[in-house]
Amino acid sequence: MLYREAGQFKTSYQADQAIFPIAQDRWFVWGLVAFGFLVLPLFADQYLYTEVLIPVLILSLAAIGLNILTGYCGQLSLGTGGFMAVGAYAAYNLALRLPETNLIVVFLFAGLMAMAVGVLFGIPSLRIKGFYLAVATLASQFFLEWAFARVKWFTNYAPSGSVAVGKLELFGMPIQTPMEKYLFVLAIVVVMTLAAKNLIRGRLGRMWMATRDMDIAAEIIGIRPLYAKLSAFAVSSFFIGVSGALWAFLRLGSWEPLAFDINRSFQILFMVIIGGLGSLLGSFLGAAFIVLMPIFLNQLPGILGIPMSTALISHLEFMVFGAMIVFFLIVEPHGLARLWAIAKEKLRLWPFPY
Amino acid sequence: MLGPIIETLIGGLLTGVLYALVALGFVLIFKASGVFNFAQGAMVLFAALSVARLSEVMPLVFAVAIAVVIMVVLAYVIERLVLRPLVNQEGIILFMATLGVAYFIDGFGQTVWGSDIYKINLGIPKDPMFFFEGVFPGGILIDREEVAAAAVCAILVAGLAIFFQVTRTGRALRAVADDHQAAQSVGIPLNYIWLIVWAVAGIVAIAAGMVWGSKLGVQFSISLVALKALPVLILGGFTSIPGAIVGGLIIGAGEKLAEVLLGPILIKTFDLAGGGIENWFAYMLALVFLLFRPQGLFGERIIERI
Amino acid sequence: MTLKILGAAVAAAVGVTALAAPALAQNEQFIPALVYRTGAYAPNGVPFANGIADYYKLVNARDNGINGVRITTEECEFGYATDRGVECYERLKKKGPTGAAYVIPLSTGVTFALTEKTATDKIPLITMGYGRSESRDGTVFHWNFPLLGTYWTASDIILQHIARKEGGFDKLKGKKIALVYHDSPYGKEPIALLTERAKRHGFETMFLPVTHPGVEQKATWLQIRQQRPNYVLLWGWGVMNSTSIKEAVAVGYPRSQMYGVWWSGAEPDVRPAEGGATGYNAVTLQHTAGQFKVHEDLKRHVYDKNQGSAKWDETGEILYVRGLINAMLGVEAIRTAQEKFGKGKPMTGEQVRWGLENLNITADRIKQLGFDGVLQPIRVTCQDHEGARTGRIQTWDGKNWKISSDWYTSDDKVIAPMVKDAASKYASEKKITAGCLN
Repeated sequence: MLYREAGQFKTSYQADQAIFPIAQDRWFVWGLVAFGFLVLPLFADQYLYTEVLIPVLILSLAAIGLNILTGYCGQLSLGTGGFMAVGAYAAYNLALRLPETNLIVVFLFAGLMAMAVGVLFGIPSLRIKGFYLAVATLASQFFLEWAFARVKWFTNYAPSGSVAVGKLELFGMPIQTPMEKYLFVLAIVVVMTLAAKNLIRGRLGRMWMATRDMDIAAEIIGIRPLYAKLSAFAVSSFFIGVSGALWAFLRLGSWEPLAFDINRSFQILFMVIIGGLGSLLGSFLGAAFIVLMPIFLNQLPGILGIPMSTALISHLEFMVFGAMIVFFLIVEPHGLARLWAIAKEKLRLWPFPY
Repeated sequence: MLGPIIETLIGGLLTGVLYALVALGFVLIFKASGVFNFAQGAMVLFAALSVARLSEVMPLVFAVAIAVVIMVVLAYVIERLVLRPLVNQEGIILFMATLGVAYFIDGFGQTVWGSDIYKINLGIPKDPMFFFEGVFPGGILIDREEVAAAAVCAILVAGLAIFFQVTRTGRALRAVADDHQAAQSVGIPLNYIWLIVWAVAGIVAIAAGMVWGSKLGVQFSISLVALKALPVLILGGFTSIPGAIVGGLIIGAGEKLAEVLLGPILIKTFDLAGGGIENWFAYMLALVFLLFRPQGLFGERIIERI
Repeated sequence: MTLKILGAAVAAAVGVTALAAPALAQNEQFIPALVYRTGAYAPNGVPFANGIADYYKLVNARDNGINGVRITTEECEFGYATDRGVECYERLKKKGPTGAAYVIPLSTGVTFALTEKTATDKIPLITMGYGRSESRDGTVFHWNFPLLGTYWTASDIILQHIARKEGGFDKLKGKKIALVYHDSPYGKEPIALLTERAKRHGFETMFLPVTHPGVEQKATWLQIRQQRPNYVLLWGWGVMNSTSIKEAVAVGYPRSQMYGVWWSGAEPDVRPAEGGATGYNAVTLQHTAGQFKVHEDLKRHVYDKNQGSAKWDETGEILYVRGLINAMLGVEAIRTAQEKFGKGKPMTGEQVRWGLENLNITADRIKQLGFDGVLQPIRVTCQDHEGARTGRIQTWDGKNWKISSDWYTSDDKVIAPMVKDAASKYASEKKITAGCLN
């Protein structure tokens, strides 16, 4: 009843090719963005900012990056953590060595450096495929993690190997309080999501998807696999690099290479798959799910008033987490985004079943 | 200089055997069901925990026997609750499911058995043996535990080879590995075969868990040896048992030699804060191999059709 | 169907996270407990967490809290992962009527991550025997309290002991000393001091990092076998420690030439290596293993009522005892703060900070508290947040830890200038004006 596209006629190609052809979708997204910028800051407390909203947004960005590579171009990667580290350390070094650089430039630089490294490590994808490639991307993960722990220049010769960022500001405005950080992250994420959406809708995205669905067939119809795959690696790494820099600067503040270890790679892969391969919405849903799930499980016994030892809670958390993943895969292998799509289908007919 | 090199080489080869033991479990399952079973590391931990805790109250032999039963039950549960509902899904979905299983087993194992460091005592003396002390200063050092591990591995591989070549079930397994549908059409029950494969992988995990556990102590970190087995897999090929062994040896020897010989040079040249190149060397080595043979050393040739 | 489940789950999750801290009775002092009872570091994290929890229980049961203010605590598991540790801190810092009294992270990584956050939130960070070594300078690190000793103190004491064995620091010339360390901020802390001492006395150093969690050490120890350093210093944590000792056995490196930091010198570190660890040494954070006076109270008030967190015969273990000491110092700091800001009232983090900075535990007070023979007097000042920097060497005899040296005090002629340099560098980076808070 409420969600119905009947009567919305498209009278131009432009309207037909809009990001959200259905008016309700458009309103919904505008509403969501407005809610994020205007309403949430009215009531959110610090914990909600620093431990829920900021991590979810930043990791969503990383998940979008991985989704471009894995979901849209079909190249499974386990090196996300390493590329995030490239972004983080690139940003750190630029901010350290040229302190006057604008923060936006710093993050762009982080993305570009990650992009360069990503293309370099993407070259083997031209030869190897599937799980072989997945394991090969682990090479980049371990190598990068090692490089940032060992090459002293990257950490500015810090004796502890742990680096920290100073005070952040943008065009003279400080980015210090959780709310300022949140708004900054939100703005970047919104802009980059829009960019991702348009890339995917365009020529490049179609090339990626053709390559994903069958690379030989794609090659035969004239798509150069070299260009398609490497461009996917480049764009994906750019997103991941920016998210790594955001994670380091706005979430952690001070970090060591361990913050970008193999578990981070797995975490983001989980997000992409639980959320839905080949779906931008899925990246957000997956990130929210993976970030909130442990927090929720951790607090559940306390809320229900069941006394439980911390160790048991933590073990149970592992078990429930594992079981949830299996459960989700069995019920809906295409992820939360697919559930959302089904919900929309149902909503279209609601309240009349036919 | 030659002494240390030989010593490192031998040490590396023996460590490689341990990697091969874990990789073997991966290969068995991938070959028969096309599942990239990330839970193998968790299974090694779970098996080792079972043996360690049970052997506190009973002789080791019984503990191992009960552990075998536990692993078979585990295989049954996984087959029933995870694999069967996911039949015909893509590889990546199955891979994710095994990641979930790995988390579950890690948590479950520690809930049931505890998270302290436990011991498995195989009765092997811990002190090293020295050879050729006349030829090289200090002699060549060999770790007895690793020799024992190599022996266990050899027995296991021989056993598996006989199982695959001679028994009826083994032949059925090979048939399934070659072609799922053809195997099914001649009346081989797939579910049953999967159960067998996962059970066998569980038993391999017991062997690996006991050897690693006796060496390192049984503790959560054992499940991370799975990460060490991955380059072995891509080097040897996902589907080849000899590949797992040879790959293990190459990786083991390669990374130790690199760390001991190449490490100090790298540190000097680039003024690094310490070595530790073995963390990525194995992966890089495997990657370079892959560029020349994309299916691994012994993997099946990939034929693509439209 | 699945949609409903999902909807319910999402709603519940949102509900939980939005939920504010439950209201607590007013006369309570909340102290968060960041613990790790699972994962690769659990064997060491568990006894320490038990010691802390039991001491709070004891204070509540025996004295009805601190001057009538009962201690409430909540554990948050973070598995030694820095980001989850920070999440735990953020979740717990506002609980209780006055917020968290202080934080004990038991992780140098988390300490680094929290150093700035705690300063903003005005919550003291007690890092007893760990954390950043330069944070002993309280004029810059107002909120950090590396009580009883930093890693520079630890490594200095070990070097002093080695020098005494060799017959003086001048005899160290040409000797080779290796450091096998956990590749994290924790393991890297002693490098600065070793480098400084090496420059002064002309010994060679060899730094060998071990990657988390530390079960892969074969190549490290093959290098040690080939390079044959005269001494090996061990800066490990969790399963890495026992693995190091086992690998030392496997390459035949004499354990008597191995010296661990106080975090590498507890029962879980040596027991898995069985007989192999005999002769292995570690520096103590003053105390060693064994039950003492306070255990009588602990038995009467906590363990006889089945309220203990550990098994009774585990309460004499080194890390458990260290937990007791750590909790005791925290409680005494709150008591000191109450002397100034009002007895029988819960203290804010700011007030507890004052208590810590003016902490003065005399020999008499130690006796009263039942820590006789375990601790030496400690006196914290604004300039010195360490309070005491003494230690002894202990040796594992196959069954027990035995003290095998006299007391050493770290040499401030070496350390103080290093602290000053590092602290002023930090101050200028972070634009902190050095000086004492009130």
